[in-house]
Amino acid sequence: MHLGLVHYLTVSAVLFGLGLLTVMTRRNTVGILLGVELLLNAAALNFIAFEHFVAGGAAGQVFTIFIITLAASEVAIALAIVLQVYRGHRSILADRLTDLKN
Amino acid sequence: MAVDLTLVSFFALAALTLVSGAVVAFSRNIIHATVALLGCFLGIAGLYVQLSADFLAAVQVLVYVGGTLTLILFAVMLTARIEDVRTSNTSTGLPVGVALVAALLLVLGKVATTTAWPETPRAPMPSTAKLGHALLGDYLLPFELGSILLLAAMIGAVVLARRAVKRNWEKA
Repeated sequence: MHLGLVHYLTVSAVLFGLGLLTVMTRRNTVGILLGVELLLNAAALNFIAFEHFVAGGAAGQVFTIFIITLAASEVAIALAIVLQVYRGHRSILADRLTDLKN
Repeated sequence: MAVDLTLVSFFALAALTLVSGAVVAFSRNIIHATVALLGCFLGIAGLYVQLSADFLAAVQVLVYVGGTLTLILFAVMLTARIEDVRTSNTSTGLPVGVALVAALLLVLGKVATTTAWPETPRAPMPSTAKLGHALLGDYLLPFELGSILLLAAMIGAVVLARRAVKRNWEKA
């Protein structure tokens, strides 16, 4: 059996599916953030796999560096927001944060 | 028959990644989900090494495992109440989500298997020098924008997360 692009794409696709499922179904806001991390990692893995097998050059790895940068700043901001929400509501369950509904 | 070590390590790393990802997606305990993310990140770092992206594997371990995961664990500890930690990460609407994701995976699998990718696997090589030249050459502007973004995110996180407490000398 030969290890090819399709194997890495499969891993990445399944990981993306798991991340999407996490984002869609979780009630805990931190749980949703974990799902976003899974999504970003799946996308980064795809970039690296395509660079290794198809494109060559350095573009794939550069994009992955930027994905990691964005993910780090995203998680810092998002967790700061989560902390503020927890202070205001005593809860971080996404379906209880309905202040804007009324 | 000689066992192909690349193949064995690929399947081990893929299993580590996907099992940890499944724990993140389905565990009812937020602490278990967060710690499982560690296995997922490490598995992906291993896959990066296999794909001749050694520098990125190191960055993955340093930034995600050393920084992001610690930050998320702090947030979990600061927001989850300990007595209900066993059901701290419940899900809602799971059947609909599973159906949607299954449909998405069908489409992705179809695209990945039927497209004729022009595959030419490259020999493994150190990628750090190549990456450095790219970041300080073609990608200089995005690189600088990235550093501005990190600074803005740092200041923003500090402003957002601090308590609005007035010191005595500020009250006047």
